[in-house]
Amino acid sequence: MKQVPKEYYELLEQIQTVDFALVELTLYLDTHPADYQAIQQFNQLAQRRKHLKKQFESAYGPLQQFGNSYSNYPWNWNDAPWPWQI
Amino acid sequence: MWIYEKKLQYPVRVSTCNPKLAKYLIEQYGGADGELAAALRYLNQRYTIPDKVIGLLTDIGTEELAHLEMIATMVYKLTKDATPEQLKEAGLDAHYVNHDRALFYHNAAGAPFTATYIQAKGDPIADLYEDIAAEEKARATYQWIINMSDDPDLNDGLRFLREREIIHAQRFREAVEMLKEERDQKKFF
Repeated sequence: MKQVPKEYYELLEQIQTVDFALVELTLYLDTHPADYQAIQQFNQLAQRRKHLKKQFESAYGPLQQFGNSYSNYPWNWNDAPWPWQI
Repeated sequence: MWIYEKKLQYPVRVSTCNPKLAKYLIEQYGGADGELAAALRYLNQRYTIPDKVIGLLTDIGTEELAHLEMIATMVYKLTKDATPEQLKEAGLDAHYVNHDRALFYHNAAGAPFTATYIQAKGDPIADLYEDIAAEEKARATYQWIINMSDDPDLNDGLRFLREREIIHAQRFREAVEMLKEERDQKKFF
């Protein structure tokens, strides 16, 4: 199994943190659609998420596929590790 | 992790209210070779398959969830305007009594979905052959449903799904060849 550096875990945790906030805000906004402040926070985090995704992917390869991430040559979507291997 | 996208993979159109067709289509929703069984089968096999084919199982498993949504949309559109009388005529009276027009994971004969539809041997070749067989069975089922259907709009969506089964089976066949190649390259001294 491929070894991943310490920074991999750190960057991944940052993404997981932002993503969790986005999941929570999504559910909250589903029932509180007029909370302006929450929407502001949501949009800020969405932007931060985009930035983190770019940073992570340029170092460790695509997070998503079906065209939601770019690929190196050769196709690197198949590369380990998968989430249950780290 | 999964993220939902608010769109169907391929447009689903239905010409007329037709609960009889919905009754057939439920086979692909909660049947043994249906889309739910397919998605659960592939996503579950990923953990014990060689790294080389984890991506393929992930992606096809994910696409199957999109197909499940298409089948659900078809069933919904075919039944949403049906009267209880029409449902009865279509043989959906027992379904109506239990579920009204709600969808349920069962097959065309009303047998509820069961995990026994899914195999997991942990042997890569055995698992991939099971997957190829499942795709071919699903392709055949789509053909039988198309043969029973006189709805040109519905058939367009069903033909798309039938073609996807062919592609999936083809990719799984290629995955088998990749694993065989890897196996044959191993040198023993």
